[in-house]
Amino acid sequence: MTGTTPTTREPDPLEFDKPRVSIRKPEHRFDSQGEAPDAARVERAMNSFVRDFGRTAAVYMESCIHCGMCAEACHFYEVTQDPKYTPIWKLEPFKQAYKREYGPFAFVYRALNLKPKVTVDELQQWQHLLYDSCTVCGRCSLMCPMGIDIASLVSQARHGMFKAGLVPHELAAVTERARREGSPLGATPKVFADRCEWLSDEHEVEITIDKPRADVLCAMSSIEIMKYPDSVVATARIMRHVGADWTFRLDGYEATNFGLLTGDAAAQKELTLKIIHAAVACGASVVVLPECGHAYTALRWMGANMYGKPLPFRVLHIAEFLAEQVRAGKLRLRKLGKSATFHDPCQLVRRGGAIEAPREVLQALGVELREMYPTKGANWCCGGGGGVVAIHRADELRHKVFKIKMEQIEETGAELPVTSCANCRQTFDDGQAHFKWDKTMHSLLELVADNLVEDAQ
Amino acid sequence: MNLLDFARGPALQWSLVIFVVGVLWRLLGMLLLRTRKDLSKPRRDAAWKGLRLIALRSWPRKEFLGGTAFGEVMGYAFHIGFLLALFFYVPHVLFFADISRGLLGTDLHGLTGLHWPTLPNGVVTLLSAISIAALVAVLIHRIVNPVKRLISNFDDYFSWLVTLGPLVTGMAAFAHLGGWPYERLLAVHLLAAELLLVWFPFGKLMHAFTIFVARGSTGMLFERKGASL
Repeated sequence: MTGTTPTTREPDPLEFDKPRVSIRKPEHRFDSQGEAPDAARVERAMNSFVRDFGRTAAVYMESCIHCGMCAEACHFYEVTQDPKYTPIWKLEPFKQAYKREYGPFAFVYRALNLKPKVTVDELQQWQHLLYDSCTVCGRCSLMCPMGIDIASLVSQARHGMFKAGLVPHELAAVTERARREGSPLGATPKVFADRCEWLSDEHEVEITIDKPRADVLCAMSSIEIMKYPDSVVATARIMRHVGADWTFRLDGYEATNFGLLTGDAAAQKELTLKIIHAAVACGASVVVLPECGHAYTALRWMGANMYGKPLPFRVLHIAEFLAEQVRAGKLRLRKLGKSATFHDPCQLVRRGGAIEAPREVLQALGVELREMYPTKGANWCCGGGGGVVAIHRADELRHKVFKIKMEQIEETGAELPVTSCANCRQTFDDGQAHFKWDKTMHSLLELVADNLVEDAQ
Repeated sequence: MNLLDFARGPALQWSLVIFVVGVLWRLLGMLLLRTRKDLSKPRRDAAWKGLRLIALRSWPRKEFLGGTAFGEVMGYAFHIGFLLALFFYVPHVLFFADISRGLLGTDLHGLTGLHWPTLPNGVVTLLSAISIAALVAVLIHRIVNPVKRLISNFDDYFSWLVTLGPLVTGMAAFAHLGGWPYERLLAVHLLAAELLLVWFPFGKLMHAFTIFVARGSTGMLFERKGASL
């Protein structure tokens, strides 16, 4: 991949970030990768978009009645009331291209030029809508009266944007780094091994790496390795507590998959296959994924399709693993005796189906669970998913969205906000710092590890 | 051939042919596309249970009710009024029986021994009026609501027009409005309905069919994951 080039539309040194009297607000920046001519970018985007087109996506494209109800479900529309954030509008160029190039009446649209060709200018403008202002949280998919899974179409459009070289440069850069170094945030195998050694000494816990055979292969997310290393320790403690035959493997420890977020299908496959091959190599019957929503989507729901055959092991999110251990009576926990509220990570809960597992674990911790409104499948996204938290220019918008979460949590009056996604947690930490909020998001995994009965004794 | 003969004859035949062929072409153009087998291990084996989304999504979840109430109420008012007037107005039932006899050699009564129920004319008039009022309301909403105005295109407005046509001309024919002879009013009503049939496969009116496929597909995909419906 060639380097990324931040570009501004109509660059003007007098335009600053903040609106000023008589100086209009700068338009949104877009980024581009590579040197392809405009026409080639558009062609690549559309070819990629339609190449993956199957029956379901075509039905979705044919079904929108332009009722606009999806806007009501989108946090970006909710806080701005700006119609451009209407979820289905985020797909407009791709809908246009579908009708013109691929739909059953494409020949009519082309012959009569009823739908104009999509331009590179449109794709550049839509970068903001497809990346900065969509967390692929799928709340709109829950709202659509036609039953269109809009979020899946956004993911498909991102494939086209990647092929066109029109991806926000932070996402393009970290995806490229993940392919080159094995981790998007610099958690290379050497860094991970060093960290594990240091954490092992510091916390006096055995962290197993590269065991040749193991029943459970654990993976971590790079945010945890670099920012929340206590999660690595917590994983090791819990595995020891439940008596698991487990290991990390340096050839497959990184569950973060920026290929999925960017729309780089080849990178997504490459990163997914690392974990699959590592699990196969050590004969694991279970892969336990970290507190990371999109890592769950990437392996649990898309992994086998990348592998080309069913996975020879089970895939569990750590919250599901913990819930199984609770049910099996293997997890002995000290009762917290506090009130808590659970922030549902979209990819794990709404779109992933692990709705009750984290709540079972919280129940085992003896907390008084105070649900937010709305909650579970209909809960609001934190605003940082889908790669949004990595895009700097999206910060201002993301912070606006975050106010919804603060209000939701404040309304519960719960002492402990808890989640089970490091990406959500990072978004909450950033929001907390930005708004000088007095609530800190807690990790379910770390909460469990901190309250194992053997530790208390 | 006068206007009514034309409307009852070739116009009706061609509009029905375009409707049937167009609908099949568009449906098959979607449904015959390949699907990749999902190799992930399902959380729930009976994915078909997700077909309940077809019914479930007919009313929004309580969390979404506030912002969508207008669209929902107007949508139901229009659809219920339109469909009841279409299928239970006495002259319509006689007309469908005629078409059925022409195509199949018999009507519903001949086929099943059942009688198609009908509604009193006054009720149909009221239903049609409600439908028209709802259509006018949604048009105004489409124009003044920033979201709907942005995402609307020719299809939205033209589909609205061809849907309104049969309702308004039907009411006019029933009330003998405008001083026109009844036969001409009836011909205009038939032509308006035929325009709707001709446009149907090409625009958003196709949602009458795709709604079941889209909801059903999403329902099954989500059900196998245990995702929220």
